Amino acid sequence: MKSKKSSGLLQQLVFVGPSTIFFAIIIVIPFLLGLYYSFTNWNGVSGQVTWVGIDNFKQILTKDPDFGKAFWFTVRFTVVGIILTNLLGFFLAYFLTKPLKTRNVLRTIFFMPNVIGGLLLGFIWQFIFVKGFSALGEATGWHFFNLPWLGDATTGFWGIIMVFVWQTAGYLMVIYISSINNIPKDIIEAAEIDGASKMQILKSVIVPLVMPAVTVCLFLAISWSFKMFDLNLSLTKGGPFRSTESVALNIYNEAFQNNRYGLGTAKAIIFFVVVAIITSLQVKLTKSKEVES
Amino acid sequence: MEVSKKYRFGTLATEIIMVLLALVFLIPFYFLFVNSVKTFSDLLTNSASWPSSFEWHNYARAWDITNFPKAFGNSLIVTVISNVLLALFSAMSAYRMVRHNSRFNKFLFAVFVAAMVIPFQSIMIPLVKVMSSLNLMNSIPGLIVAYLGFGVPLSVFLFHGFVKSIPLEIEEAARVDGTSIYGTFFRIVLPLMKPMFVTVIILNTLWIWNDYLLPSLVLQNADLRTIPIATFAFFGQFTKQWDLALPALVLGILPVIIFFLAMQKYIVEGITQGAVKG
Repeated sequence: MKSKKSSGLLQQLVFVGPSTIFFAIIIVIPFLLGLYYSFTNWNGVSGQVTWVGIDNFKQILTKDPDFGKAFWFTVRFTVVGIILTNLLGFFLAYFLTKPLKTRNVLRTIFFMPNVIGGLLLGFIWQFIFVKGFSALGEATGWHFFNLPWLGDATTGFWGIIMVFVWQTAGYLMVIYISSINNIPKDIIEAAEIDGASKMQILKSVIVPLVMPAVTVCLFLAISWSFKMFDLNLSLTKGGPFRSTESVALNIYNEAFQNNRYGLGTAKAIIFFVVVAIITSLQVKLTKSKEVES
Repeated sequence: MEVSKKYRFGTLATEIIMVLLALVFLIPFYFLFVNSVKTFSDLLTNSASWPSSFEWHNYARAWDITNFPKAFGNSLIVTVISNVLLALFSAMSAYRMVRHNSRFNKFLFAVFVAAMVIPFQSIMIPLVKVMSSLNLMNSIPGLIVAYLGFGVPLSVFLFHGFVKSIPLEIEEAARVDGTSIYGTFFRIVLPLMKPMFVTVIILNTLWIWNDYLLPSLVLQNADLRTIPIATFAFFGQFTKQWDLALPALVLGILPVIIFFLAMQKYIVEGITQGAVKG
């Protein structure tokens, strides 16, 4: 009996031990330390760490307009970004589940930007915005291409949105394609026999039945856009004048540029709480809209 | 007859519109490749045109300055070792947690799932401190340890869902035949988990290979740079020298594009699987 128990413990250690140790070192301990540091004036360099209570949070909420600005930027970016990328992803999937001859090649092309990391993509697009757009502007004469891309707050915002949608729509397309393919053929045929138009079928049959995929895709898109960092860093670095700075970049700058680690961790905790709330709300809301097929 | 004609016309129109849209999607790649082989002045005056001459030595210079073979090697080592260990450890944990669903394991699994919500930026600052006190900073093994920690929650979650679908009878038969629990896992269960291994490895490869922020915090030494870090450093140094920057970017994206084209089928499956479970 005793040996059975000890071999059970050994199995637990062998099977679950390694992943738990790495998880504890890399996520749990830093997370708990972060909670503690957010109440201190830690500067990352000196060993001296003084408890300052909720001063950091007070300062962030009352005396730090840049953080508020970054938050507002991130919220706007998330709302616009997830709507556009989901619409594009869904419609790509909708048309690429039709019997097109070039279907497979097209799927490959639309997905391709996604395998490249955000940092390199941002640098590539810097060139497109600066040189490529002006060349297209000359060729077409369209005012759109001659705007000062990435040079002011508005074009910076829409520039990052454009790259974000270009990068992520293909990923969501893949998920929507598999969801549309899972809709039983006879449901759509029955609707056709009943005389439903293509639009009606799309609206009343396909959309309700892909709602589970919408949950997943909204979840993914929110998580990408709210935590956006690489694209932001490589496209605008948050500029000009911090007008396109995301929360993630703001936290990074606070800690690693200004060396105010205590303040940075306090921001990081606020960020975490907001992400956790949005995620759970969103899952709840969309789950209630799902339809059993 | 009428209907099928109309249908075919509609399909053709859809096809043409989608092909045009795909060309728009490809324009950035066109600009990137075409300009990477131009001379600097050619590139500035007409960046939309086909190159008048192919300056392949742009690539040779970018190759040397970024120390591309070194960066590629570092990225490869980090990605491969992290992947192998992460998949193995996660599969083992998930197996144990499903087959021995004790109160502790239930709790641990709930913690893993909850941790998936934590954004990287929320813990990166104290993480640097923890890693430096454990001597994990500025080293490739240290970076791999970090990837193991960050990767465990999602990977365990994916394997956990999969193990539940493996019938218990197969293992019971092996156990009756006298195979140890370890032998059962490695020789019988592990091969059955192959489809989920593909999914987990694909998702983790795309993440780790392209990751910038974590290695930028952990690695300072120029010899240890991965491709994203090397590219970033290069950009800081040669801002607006597009005749060097563009070939460096092409070199940077080429490995992952090749990986994608070769593994496309698995990548699409992996994403679908990961999404269904996630």
